[in-house]
Amino acid sequence: MVTALSFDIAHMLAGGLVLVSFMLLYQDRLHGLINTYALHALVLSASVAWQAWAQGAPHLYVTAAVALLFKALVIPLALHRIIRRLGIHRDIENVVGIGLTMLTGMGLVALSMVVMLRIAADADPLAREDLAMALAVVLLGLLLMVTRRNAIGQVVGFMSLENGLVLAAAGARGMPLVVEISVAFSVLVAFIVIGIVLFRIRERFDTVDIRALDDFRGERR
Amino acid sequence: MQATATLLTVVSALLAVAVPAVALSRRPWAGTLVYGVSLAASLAGLGVALAALLAGAGSELTLPLGLPWIGARFRIDALSAFFLAVVNLGGAAASLYGLGYGRHEEAPHRVLPFYPVFLAGMNLVVLADDAFTFLVSWEFMSLASWALVLAHHREAANRQAATVYLVMAGFGTMALLLAFGLLAGTGGEYGFSAIREAVRDPAVSSLALVLALVGAGSKAGLAPLHVWLPLAHPAAPSHVSALMSGVMTKVAVYGFVRIVFDLIGEPAWWSAILLLALGGGTAVLGILHALMERDLKRLLAYSTIENIGIVFACLGLALAFRADGMGWAAALALTAALFHVLNHSLFKSLLFFGAGAVLTATGGRDMERLGGLIHRMPATALFFLAGSIAISALPPFNGFISEWLAFQAILQSPELGGWGLKIVVPAVGGMLALAAALAAACFVRAFGVSFLGRPRTPEAGTAREADRFSLAAMGSLALLCLAAGTLPGFVIDALAPVTRLLVGGAMPLQADRPWLSIVPIAESRSSYNGLLVFAFIVLSASLSAFAVHRLASSRLRRAPAWDCGFPVAGAATQYSAGGFAQPFRRIFGTTVFAAREEVTMPPPGDMRPARLSLAIHDPVWERAYLPLARAVDALAGRLNRLQFLTIRRYLTLVFLFLVALLLVLALWT
Repeated sequence: MVTALSFDIAHMLAGGLVLVSFMLLYQDRLHGLINTYALHALVLSASVAWQAWAQGAPHLYVTAAVALLFKALVIPLALHRIIRRLGIHRDIENVVGIGLTMLTGMGLVALSMVVMLRIAADADPLAREDLAMALAVVLLGLLLMVTRRNAIGQVVGFMSLENGLVLAAAGARGMPLVVEISVAFSVLVAFIVIGIVLFRIRERFDTVDIRALDDFRGERR
Repeated sequence: MQATATLLTVVSALLAVAVPAVALSRRPWAGTLVYGVSLAASLAGLGVALAALLAGAGSELTLPLGLPWIGARFRIDALSAFFLAVVNLGGAAASLYGLGYGRHEEAPHRVLPFYPVFLAGMNLVVLADDAFTFLVSWEFMSLASWALVLAHHREAANRQAATVYLVMAGFGTMALLLAFGLLAGTGGEYGFSAIREAVRDPAVSSLALVLALVGAGSKAGLAPLHVWLPLAHPAAPSHVSALMSGVMTKVAVYGFVRIVFDLIGEPAWWSAILLLALGGGTAVLGILHALMERDLKRLLAYSTIENIGIVFACLGLALAFRADGMGWAAALALTAALFHVLNHSLFKSLLFFGAGAVLTATGGRDMERLGGLIHRMPATALFFLAGSIAISALPPFNGFISEWLAFQAILQSPELGGWGLKIVVPAVGGMLALAAALAAACFVRAFGVSFLGRPRTPEAGTAREADRFSLAAMGSLALLCLAAGTLPGFVIDALAPVTRLLVGGAMPLQADRPWLSIVPIAESRSSYNGLLVFAFIVLSASLSAFAVHRLASSRLRRAPAWDCGFPVAGAATQYSAGGFAQPFRRIFGTTVFAAREEVTMPPPGDMRPARLSLAIHDPVWERAYLPLARAVDALAGRLNRLQFLTIRRYLTLVFLFLVALLLVLALWT
């Protein structure tokens, strides 16, 4: 049952996820970015596990375990391997400066808080706070995707966005397990597809900078 | 067997013959097969529909097709039985005509597969008893007729006509889709029975009525949604033109009557005024266009617009009377509308068949290149004359009856409640009277220029009479026109169940009147006896013919025809179609169509001929449609750039849009 302590812990873990999203925003090295993403997934896993305990919903433990196994271990390791095989250890350039990105991120967090607290005023406070945090994580993930030029950066942005969705799903009571598992596996499949595409891009253009794709289409920027 | 099941069998027979028609359409006997089966099926459908109408037995059937929780529902009541009779009568006549006319078709493989499908689609629309089946059948009908319009696609004009038609048909179906969506409400119950029972907001009903008017009106050719009709109807082969003009527009009228009189319930007070004004305006605009037109088939298409205007004005009148609780007057107006629906399907099919015969015989539709056809094609000329008299609303043919009933209904308008209607109805009556007079002038011109005088071209001079199937189709329609004109009481009595269903009243029973006269309200008001008028016309005409032959000098005297003191032999000196239209063009055309005549007279000594150039503008097309098309084009050009953005730009757009939506949400609530 929702006691004050369990609410606070859930709140803290979800807030931690938002904080790690901010950390993702200012990573300018690929390895750092991937490690931070692993941390992101770890916090997500802890948050979902806490929800499982607080809601007394054992199937959420499975979700937490899936998050821990795939998102915190398998995917980061695979990404590291990809980077080694592609041989890109150089800095990632941000399109806009880090300061501006962080400011925008704060604005987004404020926006999602305002929206969620208003439209879900009569919902369960645990779910409501969770949803607000989850929306913030989703928006920050999108922001990450928008501000990166490197394809790996966009993949990480996409994955962190998906973590936000899982957080929202865990907060909603009665979400069937099959939905969560299928979401988890679809992300895995998406990751595989993106990985393959990355190598294809690399084979063809000798880089994973997506500017090469634009040049290939003959576009001006 | 149940009527609905029989008619669905008829429809499946039509659909079944379309399948082998695809493969066999190039064989010489394929036309006979397709038109023969269509003729038999239409006659069977006509019989079933008439039996259902006269016996008053409704029937229902639900097939497990379409949306899973509804199925495809079909139902015959008095209204659909009447329209099924109209559809199948027109279908039978067109199929009979097609048996002969189809032999001259240069692209039978583009006509034969679609023709029975078109007939089946029109039957299905009238049979449908849920919105889903109705809309699917409606699209079926539209697309089949679109394919037929495109049959002679090598002519650029036909391709343009087909494009305009497709756009307008899609637009109309969208309006109907939205109308049914509004009527079905959030529950999504699409069966007509549930829609009929539902209670809804008056604003929703009004919006649905306007959408139905746009959707059905665009198919029927109601101004200002008529622009596709004079392009598309003449582009199809003539028997299909007859079907589109004579029958498909009636299916559109059916859709409107079904929605507005049956499904919506009590519509808003202004709907009657809207219908009356649109109907009157459409009638006048359509017939003015027809008067200016040189192309025989386009002239007929414009005249269809006029007749649709008359029908819609009568429907508006019926709505007004029903809203005032004057059931007898509403029944009179609705009977006039439905009678005119039947009449127009008869004589417009007949006239299109005649135009098709002329087209086959001379290879052209331009009236300025015809003339003197009465000598080469006497039977066609006679039937075309019968159709012209009927459409000009002259006794003893049927057109007179329905227009007379319409004016009888208009004369009841002083008893209406609202002052708006008291003022609008007589004005619309004036417009209908003007349209009727102009229609007479228009068909005097059409018949006189095409069939009388001397041939203007060698093609017209060597024309050959139409084949016997075509003549049989035209002759039977002409006979039906005469029969409906001389014995209108039977038709009025047959329409009584329809009016009782829709407005809760009926005209007095006509069958027991002495001498087969018709009495719309009571003897003291007015009555008409078609048979007596016919007998008088026949008698006086025979007497005068007899007198002329007996009493006139028997000496043979030969004199040049059309020789007004100007004995030039050239056929070009005859009164031309353009010349006939000139007074109307000067009176109406300068304001309505911005018609400008310009005479270029070369100075003395210059050998060039003098020239008269004429410019006519369609106000609706140039003021409404062209600016709209340009705006859509410009917008599409702008949006086209969105196709060529970078991946990151797309992501940014999605992101910004999401943030904007969230901001709206945050500020709004």
